[in-house]
Amino acid sequence: MAGSTPASPTAEVPLAAAAPLIAAAAAPRKTLGGEAWRRFRRHRLAVASALVLALMTFAVLFGSLIWPVPINAIDFAAHLQGPSLAHPLGTDDLGQDLLARMLYGGRISLAVGFASMVIAVLVGTLVGAVAGSSRSATDTGLVWLIDLFLSLPQLPLLLLLIYLFRASLRKLAGLEIGTFILIVVVIGGFRWMSVARLVRAEFLSLREKEFVEAARALGAPQWRLVMHHILPNAFGPVIVAATIEVANAIIAESTLSFLGLGFPPDVPSWGRILYDAQDYLDIAPHWALFAGGAIFLTVMAINYVGDGLRDALDPRRVL
Amino acid sequence: MDASGQPAPAPLLAVRDLVKNFPVKRGFLARAVEEVHAVDHISFAVGAGETLGLVGESGCGKSTTGRCLLRLVEPTAGDIRFAGRDVRALRGSALRMLARDMQIIFQDPYASLNPRMTVGAIVGEALIIHRLVATRREFADRVVELLETVGLGADHMRRYPHEFSGGQRQRIGIARALAVSPKLIVCDEPVSALDVSIQAQIINLLEDLQQKFGLTYLFIAHDLSVVEHISTRVAVMYLGRIVELAPAAQLYAAPKHPYTEALLSAVPIPDPTAKRRRIRLEGDVPNPIHPPAGCHLHTRCPRAMPICAAEIPPPKETAPGHTVACHLY
Repeated sequence: MAGSTPASPTAEVPLAAAAPLIAAAAAPRKTLGGEAWRRFRRHRLAVASALVLALMTFAVLFGSLIWPVPINAIDFAAHLQGPSLAHPLGTDDLGQDLLARMLYGGRISLAVGFASMVIAVLVGTLVGAVAGSSRSATDTGLVWLIDLFLSLPQLPLLLLLIYLFRASLRKLAGLEIGTFILIVVVIGGFRWMSVARLVRAEFLSLREKEFVEAARALGAPQWRLVMHHILPNAFGPVIVAATIEVANAIIAESTLSFLGLGFPPDVPSWGRILYDAQDYLDIAPHWALFAGGAIFLTVMAINYVGDGLRDALDPRRVL
Repeated sequence: MDASGQPAPAPLLAVRDLVKNFPVKRGFLARAVEEVHAVDHISFAVGAGETLGLVGESGCGKSTTGRCLLRLVEPTAGDIRFAGRDVRALRGSALRMLARDMQIIFQDPYASLNPRMTVGAIVGEALIIHRLVATRREFADRVVELLETVGLGADHMRRYPHEFSGGQRQRIGIARALAVSPKLIVCDEPVSALDVSIQAQIINLLEDLQQKFGLTYLFIAHDLSVVEHISTRVAVMYLGRIVELAPAAQLYAAPKHPYTEALLSAVPIPDPTAKRRRIRLEGDVPNPIHPPAGCHLHTRCPRAMPICAAEIPPPKETAPGHTVACHLY
C-alpha cells in the first residue's frame, strides 16, 4: 500500500512483554473530523483555494449591499468603458455597471454549478452503486442506460426539454426559481453518467476485496457492506469528478444562456456576460476578461479544494 | 470418505461431497461455456477443539473450500453440517447468524483490513452487527479486551491499519474474528504473507487462543512444515480433491499417497549434510477446466498404472483414521 509508514515494531515482541511497550508508544487522541481538518490544512493550495471560494461566495451573496448599483441601469454615455472609479470593472455595450452584474451573475453561476453537481453526483452514485453491487441483469440494464444517455444528442434534447417544461415550471415556481430548477435538473440529469461509471468500476473492484469479504463473513448485511466498506473507499475519484462537474455545469449554463434557453437575457450570469462580450473582444476586452477570469478562478479553486479533500479523507496518505 | 475415521462421535463440522465449479463466461451474452472444477467432491470432518490442516499447492481449491464453508462462496453441490445444522440451507438472517459460530482469518493482512476504518471500528464491527454490546462503554471495553487478547493495546484502537506492520495487522484480523466468540475459525493461509520470524509468533498466538477459548481450526496452508506444527490431522489436496487425510504425525512419518510423498520430500531439512531421496513431479498442474480423467495425478505420478487414467480412486482407509485415494492401496 503506497504511503504506508513503517509502524513501530513494539507489538512484534512476545505477548507478555508487549503491553508496557505498547502503552509507551501511545498515539495522541484524535477525532475523525479533526484529523481530516488537520490533514486538509497541510494542503496549502487547497486552503488558499478554499479561502478564494469563501471570498467569492461572500462577495456574490453580500456584494450588492456594499456595491448597491442596479444591474440594469442603462447609461449610453458610459458604454464600453474600461475600469474606472465609477465602474471598477467597466461597463458593457449598454453602459450597465459590470461589477454589479458580475456580483449578481456569480450567484446564479455558483448556485447552478453546485446544485447541478449535487444532482449529478447523487444520481451517478446511486446508479453506479446499484449497478456495481448487483450482478447479472440489473447491472447490464443500468450499463445500457448509462450508454444510452451518453450516446443521446444532448443539445437538441436539452432544447426540447426546456421548451416542453419551461412554461409550466415558470408558472409553478416563478420566473427565476422555475428557470433555475429547470436548468439545474436538465444539466445534472445529463451529467451523471461519468460519475455512475466511476462508482460502478470502483464497486466492481472493491466488492472483491478481502476486507469486504471479511465484513460479509462477520454477517454484515448488504447495506452495511455498501455504506461502510465499499462507498467510503470509492469516494476518492468521485470527489475529483464532482469538482469537474461544477466547472462543467457553470459552462453548460453559459451555453444554454447563449442559446436563449437559460435565464432571460436581462438576468446576467457569468456565462451570459462572457457570451455577450465576445462581439466586443477587440474594443472592450475587460468585459470578457473579468467574466472569464471569475469562471476560471472558481473552477481552479474548486478543483484544488477537491484534491485537498480527497487527500485529507484518505487516511493512508501521509500528510 | 466417511467422517474420515475421526474418533469423535459427532464432529463439529462435517463436509460431504462438496463441489464448487466456477463458470467461465465467454462469447456473446456471456454464456457459461466451461467450468473450472475448483472443488471436486471432497469430504472431511473436523472435531471440536482439533485443528485440521488443509494443504496443497496454489489453485488446488483449498481457499475455495474454506470460503464455501462460510458461504462466502456458494457451493455448487454437497452437504455442509455445522454442529448438526445444514449450512447450505441457511438463508437471510439465519445465514448471517452463522457468522457467530464460524469466522475466517485471511491471508493478506494488507488487503483484509478496511483502510478507512480505525482498528477499533474494524475489531468491534461484529459487536455492532450482532448487537453484542449495549453501550459505547461496553463496546470500548470489549474492543480493548480483544486487542489485548491478541497482544495489542488499547492505544491502537484509534489508529488506522496502515500504521501497523504485517504481523500486527494479522493480529487485528484475528481480534476481529474473535469478536463474535466463534467456535470454528477458518485460517486461510494466515502466515503465508509474513516474515518467517513473525510466522512463529502468529502460530503460537493461534495455539494459545485455541487453548484459551477451545477453538476449532481449519488451517489452510501451502507449507507442510507450518501445518505440521499446529495440526491434529492433515488433509492433502490436489486439483480439487483430497488425496490423503491422516493424523499429522502419521502423515509426516509414513506418507502413503505419491503426491504427499513428493510434497514431503520437497520440505527442506535444516541440516546441510542430510541427504534425502527427492521425488520430483514432472510437468505442471493440469488445467482445472479440463482435469485429467481418473486420478487427477496420473499425468505426473511416478507410480502411475493403466487403471489410474481410467478410474477415480475411491478413498480407502488403510489404517485407523488414515485415508488415501490411490489405486496403489
